[in-house]
Amino acid sequence: MIKAILIFNNHGKPRLSKFYQRYSEDTQQQIIRETFHLVSKRDENVCNFLEGGLLIGGSDNKLIYRHYATLYFVFCVDSSESELGILDLIQVFVETLDKCFENVCELDLIFHVDKVHNILAEMVMGGMVLETNMNEIVTQIDAQNKLEKSETFIFQSPRQAGRQRLV
Amino acid sequence: MKECMVRLIYCEMLGYESSFGYIHAIKLAQQGNLLEKRVGYLAVSLFLHENHELLLLLVNTVVKDLQSTNLVEVCMALTVVSQIFPREMIPAVLPLIEDKLQHSKEIIRRKAVQALYKFYLIAPNQVQHIHDKFRKALCDRDAGVMAASLHIYLQMIKENSSGYKDLTGSFVTILKQVVGGKLSADFNYHSVPAPWLQIQLLRILGLLGKDDPRTSELMYDVLDESLRRAEINHNITYAILFECVQTIYTIYPKSELLEKAAKCIGKFVLSPKINLKYLGLKALTYVIQQDPSLALQHQMTIIECLDHPDPIIKRETLELLYRITNGQNVTVIVQKMLDYLKEGQEEYAIISLVGKIAELAENAPNNEWFIQTMNAVFSVGGDVVHSDIPNNFLRLLAEGFDDEKEDHQLRMYAVQSYLALLEEEDKLYPQKFLQVMSWVLGEYFSLVTDVDPEDILTKLHSLLKKTFVTSETKAWIMAAVTKIASHTSCSKTVDELIQELSSSLDTCLRQYAFELKYLCEDKALMKSLLPFDASCSDLVVDASLSFLDGFVAEGLGHGAAPYKPHHQRQEEKLSQQKALNFEPYGLSFTSSVSSSGVTGRQSPTGLSFGSDISGNSAETGHKETNTLKLEGVRKLWGKEGYLPKKENKIGKENEQETVPCESLLAGEVGEPPALQPDQGASLSEEDKEKQQLASTLFIGLGSSAGVSLMGKADTATQKFKRKSKINEAQQLNEEALDFQNSAASDFGPLLDTVPINVEDSEGSMHTRLRKASPCSSDIVEDNLAFETPQSVRKSVLDHRISANRLSQSSLFADSNIEIFQPSSSAQCESASEAPLVPSLPEELEELPHSEVVRLCQSDALALHLCKVWTDDSLLLIVFVSNETTSALHAVNLVFEETEHFQILESATLQFPVIEAQSVEHCQKCVRMNKVCTKAILPGSVSYQSEMEIRLEFSVTLSLMDFIRPMEMTTEDFGKLWLSLSNDVKQNIKMSSCQDSFPAALDTLQQKLKLHRVDVIGNEGILACQLLPSVPCLLHCRTHSGMLALWFRSPSAALPDGLLYQCQKVMEESSEQQCLP
Repeated sequence: MIKAILIFNNHGKPRLSKFYQRYSEDTQQQIIRETFHLVSKRDENVCNFLEGGLLIGGSDNKLIYRHYATLYFVFCVDSSESELGILDLIQVFVETLDKCFENVCELDLIFHVDKVHNILAEMVMGGMVLETNMNEIVTQIDAQNKLEKSETFIFQSPRQAGRQRLV
Repeated sequence: MKECMVRLIYCEMLGYESSFGYIHAIKLAQQGNLLEKRVGYLAVSLFLHENHELLLLLVNTVVKDLQSTNLVEVCMALTVVSQIFPREMIPAVLPLIEDKLQHSKEIIRRKAVQALYKFYLIAPNQVQHIHDKFRKALCDRDAGVMAASLHIYLQMIKENSSGYKDLTGSFVTILKQVVGGKLSADFNYHSVPAPWLQIQLLRILGLLGKDDPRTSELMYDVLDESLRRAEINHNITYAILFECVQTIYTIYPKSELLEKAAKCIGKFVLSPKINLKYLGLKALTYVIQQDPSLALQHQMTIIECLDHPDPIIKRETLELLYRITNGQNVTVIVQKMLDYLKEGQEEYAIISLVGKIAELAENAPNNEWFIQTMNAVFSVGGDVVHSDIPNNFLRLLAEGFDDEKEDHQLRMYAVQSYLALLEEEDKLYPQKFLQVMSWVLGEYFSLVTDVDPEDILTKLHSLLKKTFVTSETKAWIMAAVTKIASHTSCSKTVDELIQELSSSLDTCLRQYAFELKYLCEDKALMKSLLPFDASCSDLVVDASLSFLDGFVAEGLGHGAAPYKPHHQRQEEKLSQQKALNFEPYGLSFTSSVSSSGVTGRQSPTGLSFGSDISGNSAETGHKETNTLKLEGVRKLWGKEGYLPKKENKIGKENEQETVPCESLLAGEVGEPPALQPDQGASLSEEDKEKQQLASTLFIGLGSSAGVSLMGKADTATQKFKRKSKINEAQQLNEEALDFQNSAASDFGPLLDTVPINVEDSEGSMHTRLRKASPCSSDIVEDNLAFETPQSVRKSVLDHRISANRLSQSSLFADSNIEIFQPSSSAQCESASEAPLVPSLPEELEELPHSEVVRLCQSDALALHLCKVWTDDSLLLIVFVSNETTSALHAVNLVFEETEHFQILESATLQFPVIEAQSVEHCQKCVRMNKVCTKAILPGSVSYQSEMEIRLEFSVTLSLMDFIRPMEMTTEDFGKLWLSLSNDVKQNIKMSSCQDSFPAALDTLQQKLKLHRVDVIGNEGILACQLLPSVPCLLHCRTHSGMLALWFRSPSAALPDGLLYQCQKVMEESSEQQCLP
């Protein structure tokens, strides 16, 4: 099962964290820091798998990460998940974000945390991969967005400033 | 509000305190419009956790939304349920979610399945009845729903693969359809049909086909097809390939497939893509035990990976090498590991690697190397190393091997190397290393004749002055100093040291200094106290402190308050708080107590009543006015009282001490064999080096010498067998048993089943190391833990008396449970049938036990198992029978610890040799750590014939193996009931033919081993305990054809588990009774 999904930028600032196993708030922050520490010092041309740190549960757990422009996407999984499968799942996730936000960038993740969480909830539910079909996810999200438009005024974000493409 | 919540989520993620907003998140989910509701739910699932108290407020909202006609609301509710939901509230939503399985929208069905999966994880018993619906979900017309149900099946099959063998066909068909591209193109990912689904299915098949030729037979075709189809060069196909390979090597082997899989592994290993290389190494590590030749094929790649810039790849390579280590390549491999360690790694990497090195180092080819390696381990590993490592190392040194000379050499070398290390004045060593050094120096300094003890003392003295040395280490050093001082005539350094430390601020050190001072004044006492090289001899400790009985009795006689054990004081406090005490106060309090004290003192048998009484007399006085009556006494000394705690400790003690003694390779290995000249000639210098490395690394691996690069392996390593400590212990143990048996026969007529706890006696009789660290609190614990044989005997006696008195509730006296009652005729039959059918040893034969079943078998060896249910433990008796005509060597039995079970003492067992056609047996005491209705305890047995052969087996243990009746009075029940917090209530329908309440109670009592405490009208109370001493109380009542059960226990999961058993038992009995 997937234990946690973390997104942080090159400086270690968390942009999204979702834990599927219970950790106390302090531990969560420590995990984010530790993970960043582990991931950030790796070169570009090494493998995308890491053994998990002490906090997240030792050798049974793996960190699987991808680095996109300014952001690290890290999935922490246990031994019952396929490494390559998860690696591609990250790709699907990022591509979905790209479709939903039209050229996704770090600022989108900051100003639309809820949306990103909703997309994630469509893909991974309770630590289990639920849906891997990008079109299906986008359809679901669009349906929800329509609902949003019909009900309230869209929150304006200053996302025009300093855009940097991820994909 | 919605915006605020989004921002709060962000704050929380950044690590700021935001608990003040939790309640608003719940409110938003409750009251908001659709959009706000969504944010509310999201916030709740991010903020709260399963046991959060606010979560209860959400239950109603979820129920309302589940019933809503708006699809989006239902979706949201299902999402939040599958994320977090309080366990106790599952019954409230379960029917609603079950309905959703028939919903017309597939997305709803899928989420409902996912929610049920969550329920299955947190409370498997509550969804027991809807397993049929899971099957329906598996056959759903929508592939997404089917895929979701696979999660549940993967989990269930992991727990119990034998129960789902019948579904193999379905899984194979599904996989065939997926691989064949029968799914709609929506599911394709980079033109690979539903890759994640395939991965999932392959895993399930692997679990199902493990060690099962018949089931595996069904899968061969589809696996072959998967391998064939996965040819496009994309990441995801490699993911499928990798799963395929793993499955092929997991299931019952088929040579064609293995060949193909091996080729695939080659593809992975040789791939330039680093991720694939990593997976290739991982696959190699996985298969290496079955097929070592595969490593030989890829040895050059492995060598390259050792120098790979990526540390992860390196670590994986070392892991691989660790698996193929043998006596001949150990030096090279350990050297590689040490090199890696020195590069400076993460803490957890160091811990695991250091453990591995220490394990490998025990296969050392010679003494110098062993000591040097261990030195490196201690200095690099520093203080993060697991404390087992120094302990094991010291034990090895102390116990030694058969060969006296060899021992002598090893110790001498150790002392020399440490002296050399201490020469370097200002070097910092980790604390644990210093502790090891000081112990060794203290014990064995005299082996080195050319060094003046005075020198050693000076060195230790200078260490004591260093600031970086912690006080714990200082205590070790002081112990060493004391030992050395006892063998030298008066020394200046010692005097100096005493003077210095006598005014030390550290009380512990000061105490040592004074002790040393007085010992120095009385050399004779010192010599007898600290004999040379006696670390292995036995110490007899009078743990019951019987020499204090007189003092206690005197104190009581003077009217002192009797001692009450901690738990009793606690209980009394509780009962005073919660209920009024209606019992009359004791009248002749002091007189009864003093008389009891006197009895203990005068008791001629040597049973140390006195000290026991001092604990019990409180109860005696508290209850009624009686002089010493054993009934009063034994209530306290019931199964969950004082005794089990002691046993626990003994168990721990054993664990520490009987850590597997691995035989040590101490023979010299010849020089690494030279390269064959014609091979080496054409290669470049660098390649040559690599090949040389390869030949040293893979030496001794190849059964196929043609593949390996090395010349001739020097296989003649000499093994020094360890002095068989185990045998000694067993002997002692048998003596103890005899002793107990004789005790038992004295009281023979009192009852029929005698619980003899072997662990007790083993613990008390066990030989043990003298602890070098005098300040460690262990010693106090030891004192407590070590019971003299007398008190063991006393405990047996107690049990007897109790069993006799309450014969109605004696353990299995009135049971119908399936217990294999030994009859002499059956024994004769089995004896005549085959010579190697094992039978229980006599002392266990009388106890309730299961039939002897076969666990696994090879040509040479068979393993049988029998469960023995003693009063206070579950014993697994394993019989290892040698079916060949020659003796088997180095038979090693290992149980794997799982999250559910804990093996007392060590989980491994070694038989150095099993004679031809003979049966050895051993027993293991198992505890259930995490409550579950049924789980598997895996294990393996390995033995040495031409090569090492390993057989795997598994034992299924159910909750009921660990449940015992708990005897108590109605008052005790009442008190305990109030103090327990976890409760579970459930109504069970009783069938028409079993509606009499007594009948239902009988069923529960007999089938579940519950103790019937009291029955009044249509209400009854029962009690039982989960070993070692977790009570569970049951209150049951009938009304209008329903049996209302109400469980309470300190453990959260226990009531659930028992409830499930109750349901099962009631169903079974109703079926039986209703059948004509």
